[in-house]
Amino acid sequence: MGQGTTADVAPRRPVLTLTGGLALCLAGLAFVAVMIGPFGLTPGQTMMALLGQGDAQAEIVVWNIRLPRVGAALLVGAALAAAGASYQALFRNPLVSPDILGVSAGAGLGAVAGIFMSLPVAAIQISAFVGGMVAVGFVTLVASMIRNADRTLTLVLIGVVIGALAGAATSLLKVMADPYDQLPAITFWLLGSLAAITTEDILPALPLVAIGLVPLALLRWRINVLSLGDEEARALGIEVGRTRFLVIASATLITASVTALAGVVGWVGLVIPHIARMLVGPGFGRLLPVSVLIGAGYLLIVDTLARTIAQVEVPLGILTAVIGAPFFVWLLARGRRGWT
Amino acid sequence: MLEAQDLTIGYGTTAIGSGLSLKVGTGGILCLLGPNGCGKTTLFRTLLGLLPPLSGSVLLGGTPITAQSRAEIARRIAYVPQAHAPPFPFEAIEVVLMGRTARLGAFGQPGRRDREIALSAMSRLGIADLATRDYSRLSGGQRQLVLIARALAQEAPLLVMDEPTASLDFGNQAQVLTQITTLARVAAEDGHGVILSTHDPDQTFALDAQVLLMKDGTTHATGRAQDVLTGETLSEVYGISVTVEKTASGRMVCLPSLGPQSTPTMTSEALTTA
Repeated sequence: MGQGTTADVAPRRPVLTLTGGLALCLAGLAFVAVMIGPFGLTPGQTMMALLGQGDAQAEIVVWNIRLPRVGAALLVGAALAAAGASYQALFRNPLVSPDILGVSAGAGLGAVAGIFMSLPVAAIQISAFVGGMVAVGFVTLVASMIRNADRTLTLVLIGVVIGALAGAATSLLKVMADPYDQLPAITFWLLGSLAAITTEDILPALPLVAIGLVPLALLRWRINVLSLGDEEARALGIEVGRTRFLVIASATLITASVTALAGVVGWVGLVIPHIARMLVGPGFGRLLPVSVLIGAGYLLIVDTLARTIAQVEVPLGILTAVIGAPFFVWLLARGRRGWT
Repeated sequence: MLEAQDLTIGYGTTAIGSGLSLKVGTGGILCLLGPNGCGKTTLFRTLLGLLPPLSGSVLLGGTPITAQSRAEIARRIAYVPQAHAPPFPFEAIEVVLMGRTARLGAFGQPGRRDREIALSAMSRLGIADLATRDYSRLSGGQRQLVLIARALAQEAPLLVMDEPTASLDFGNQAQVLTQITTLARVAAEDGHGVILSTHDPDQTFALDAQVLLMKDGTTHATGRAQDVLTGETLSEVYGISVTVEKTASGRMVCLPSLGPQSTPTMTSEALTTA
């Protein structure tokens, strides 16, 4: 029994401590991020403004500018990391990112079409969201019509095909767009940014992300079993098709919601689950919350850099690539634990 | 428990085997023998309900397997695949715990009791010390034992093993084989049924099992090991000259002749299917 108890308790306690520690760090980071900016605030001023007792100017900066931005960064980072972790488990491949099934390409096309038609911001966001969902829906539909033994590979390949098509359509719209007015907006959107974010932008995305996270959290054990491959998961008692569909739908909902909000932000969903896996192993029940926390913190740091390191806003996608790419190479060079 | 009647097996419209019937009841051990490419794996997939039969039927617990949910099947058949590496470094105990999936609700998580069952399955195979080790870094033999432990944790009355020693080296093979032999005997005494596909006819003698000898997708011979596995039938099925001998200690061993006199019986067909 002694052995049973250690095996039972040992992996859980550190994970709880780690999750708690990460959550605390995240709160600290968020507080610091609220302080930093062109109109710098002291910790005291920030605290007072948060409690609604600061001076008017500080309160406007905190509540109308900084908090929506910090909140959006946390939401986008958490969502992309959660979706990335899910897709990696589902496709049994640690090199998979949330846009594997074309969600980013579809959302990109949706947004670019919206900008091209000079739609208002909210309509562009809806168009991006719909574009992302439709692209993945189309991928799963086409893949289900192909009677091939390897469902996963079929899905990935169709995802590549649909992604390329959406990319081509996006390029066509870029060529046709007004080079002075629309093209910069398109380019900026395709690189991702939270520069113009307001509370009204975040509010619709928040429940969508939450709705997407629920099935992922509930299916956490089955997602582990799915990563053994279709045949074995079925032999272990899982209705693979149904479960996979639910995971894909949830992860796509999450990704499309935040992509509509922030534009195409790469690398987060690819790199963050690796770091989380190094810390707590591949068990999805632990991987999901830790990925969410690290993803949120990571994007918060990157976004704070994006709005402070230069006179102009640096697009998020550029920073996540500049930080993510070398980090990824380091991960590969470092070796096995965490991703093999 | 599991009964297959006049199965035609294959993919899509391509039949790989036909006229296959078998039956495994409580306490029975059935060994599937036959050269590579004879349809053993396809038969296994059909018996597990992973592949629909082209004709004929598979009855599991009296009802057609095609009418049962994956969870129902998994509570009745535990499958041991050949050892493999998963894409992520799960702990060995986590891999064993996956055997509990069919006993959990759709949103369930294995709990304390599942852990106890998983650990006792590992102890039974003498691998409890591997519980917290990284499964992807274990040796092939250790992995195979972990997968067998997973099947035990599944607590299904029927155990199906697909060439559990195929990819192992000499030492690991002997070790896993010993475990399987003991396990199959104990399982059979407990009223479990065991289906085992193997490349090693000696093993079937050691288990005193029923044998289904396959060739080109059909039943070449079937019956008790002593009756079916003769030098003659084995030579016919494998296309090489085989003699069955009894060692001084009373073990039955099958010996392919390696000398030059066997070359005339070695056809090119046998080489391509080997």
